[in-house]
Amino acid sequence: MEKAIRRYWPVFVLPTLAAFCIGFIYPFIQGLYLSFCKFTTIKKATFIGLKNYAYALSDEGFWSAFSFTAAFTVASTVLINVIAFMIALALTSRIKGANLYRTVFFMPNLIGGIVLGYIWQILLNCVLSLLDKPLLALNATYGFWGLIILMLWQQVGYMMIIYIAGLQSIPEDYLEAARIDGASASQILFRIKIPNVMPSITICSFLTITNGFKLFDQNLALTGGEPAHESEMMALNIYNTFYSRSGGQWKGYGQAKAVIFCIMVILISLIQLKVTKSREVQQ
Amino acid sequence: MKKKNNTAASVLSAFLGILAIFWVYPVVMILINSLKSEKYITTDSAFILPDAASFAGLENYVQALGAQGFATAFGYSLVITVSSVVLILLCTSMCAWYITRVHNFLSKMCYALFVFSMVVPFQMLMFTLSSTADRLELDTPFRICIIYLGFGAGLAVFMFTGFMKSIPLEIEEAAMIDGCNPIKTFFSVILPILKPTLISVCILETMWLWNDYLLPYLVLDRKKYTTIPILIQYFKGSYGHVAMGPMMACIIMTVLPIIIMYISCQKYIIKGVLAGAVKG
Repeated sequence: MEKAIRRYWPVFVLPTLAAFCIGFIYPFIQGLYLSFCKFTTIKKATFIGLKNYAYALSDEGFWSAFSFTAAFTVASTVLINVIAFMIALALTSRIKGANLYRTVFFMPNLIGGIVLGYIWQILLNCVLSLLDKPLLALNATYGFWGLIILMLWQQVGYMMIIYIAGLQSIPEDYLEAARIDGASASQILFRIKIPNVMPSITICSFLTITNGFKLFDQNLALTGGEPAHESEMMALNIYNTFYSRSGGQWKGYGQAKAVIFCIMVILISLIQLKVTKSREVQQ
Repeated sequence: MKKKNNTAASVLSAFLGILAIFWVYPVVMILINSLKSEKYITTDSAFILPDAASFAGLENYVQALGAQGFATAFGYSLVITVSSVVLILLCTSMCAWYITRVHNFLSKMCYALFVFSMVVPFQMLMFTLSSTADRLELDTPFRICIIYLGFGAGLAVFMFTGFMKSIPLEIEEAAMIDGCNPIKTFFSVILPILKPTLISVCILETMWLWNDYLLPYLVLDRKKYTTIPILIQYFKGSYGHVAMGPMMACIIMTVLPIIIMYISCQKYIIKGVLAGAVKG
């Protein structure tokens, strides 16, 4: 049977593979190459070695974007997961209207980043101006916490769904046995519930880490990197290096930054893979 | 004991209730303000319901649909999303079947590359991808689906292969022995079994495509075509006065179909999201 299918590869594999070459492989390889070049368009590229990387690594804007991104990723990962887990706990405790709450909390997840960004920009700016505080675009600290609030609003529902699924898969016998043995509510939580949802915690942590690290739409829409690029995250910094400056050198710098960014994201994913694998062995 | 539980439960309910209001409020606020006429939309009165003087009816919506180009943007978004999702579902499910059933260099290499592509951030490709699309003239809403098939193939193939490994080989063998060629076997035997995964992948890809901003912004011919996220970004990104009323009307008209879709097929959406999360 394998032979029969193998003969049909032009039908089964070729369309996807051709599109994949156009939409991924070719641009990826070209992007790698161009990161060593000075170019304004792809045809006018001259090889200049590692100069782009040297610039990218010495660019203060890039490093401040990195530290903003890192701080944001840590804060959002912790807050999103803690709140999502608490809501999931509450909703699995046979509370009235659990389904309605679940529906409401998950809803923002389906709205796109740009639209979310503007909704919150309007709302937060109204609140800030009523409190006589500077607007989001004028103060990077407010911009930071604005982004955190926005991401909480968007992602708590998603993570909550995963945690609910994890909590519901704990066998009822475990909980009952613990209760009969006289375990208190907090003992049940820390000794039974949390260890049993560790796989969900791993999944959610890495989802929030990568989402935070790669964030672009929300950043662009909510603050646009203002004031003076202070609230700019890495993806937006790369985008601005590419498109909001004229001059022959910037595109090469942008591409080099993109490669560095890509390597960081791949490293995070490799760590994730390793952590997930080691869990599987234990179980 | 029972009484204590009751108070704890009602505190919890109250807390969740407040949280739920916090979750719904931003959209409600935009809705309220989208019904006011332009000069009444100020930061001081943003939290007040429209009154007789400030109520503008659907004026903002009419303006957004026509003059601001929401109707056309909606049309293009729809064309792009539907064509890309159909193409992705069809092509990647076929590709995934080949990858799971055939064990040769081609299938192994494809799988590794697809998984790798899921990790790579878009910024890595954005410049080269948009110029490739330009050169191949894929910069219209009717042809951009080829780019999306290429860039979105990773997740779809990954999810399909994950599920296909659990389909018993005997069913396909029986069909082949009865004289089906692989193409017929795929469409009459495999595709029906795949239905739950098809729905999950369909939902994940739709969520991504409908909301995607940067790829169409860079790839499409900007003077001719806008999608909804691009339109909303234009409102704010352009210099000078921002037409707040029509902008909020646009936001509401973007969010409303999503909410209706969500409420009507919530079960599938949550299932799809869970499947994607566990795999991804």
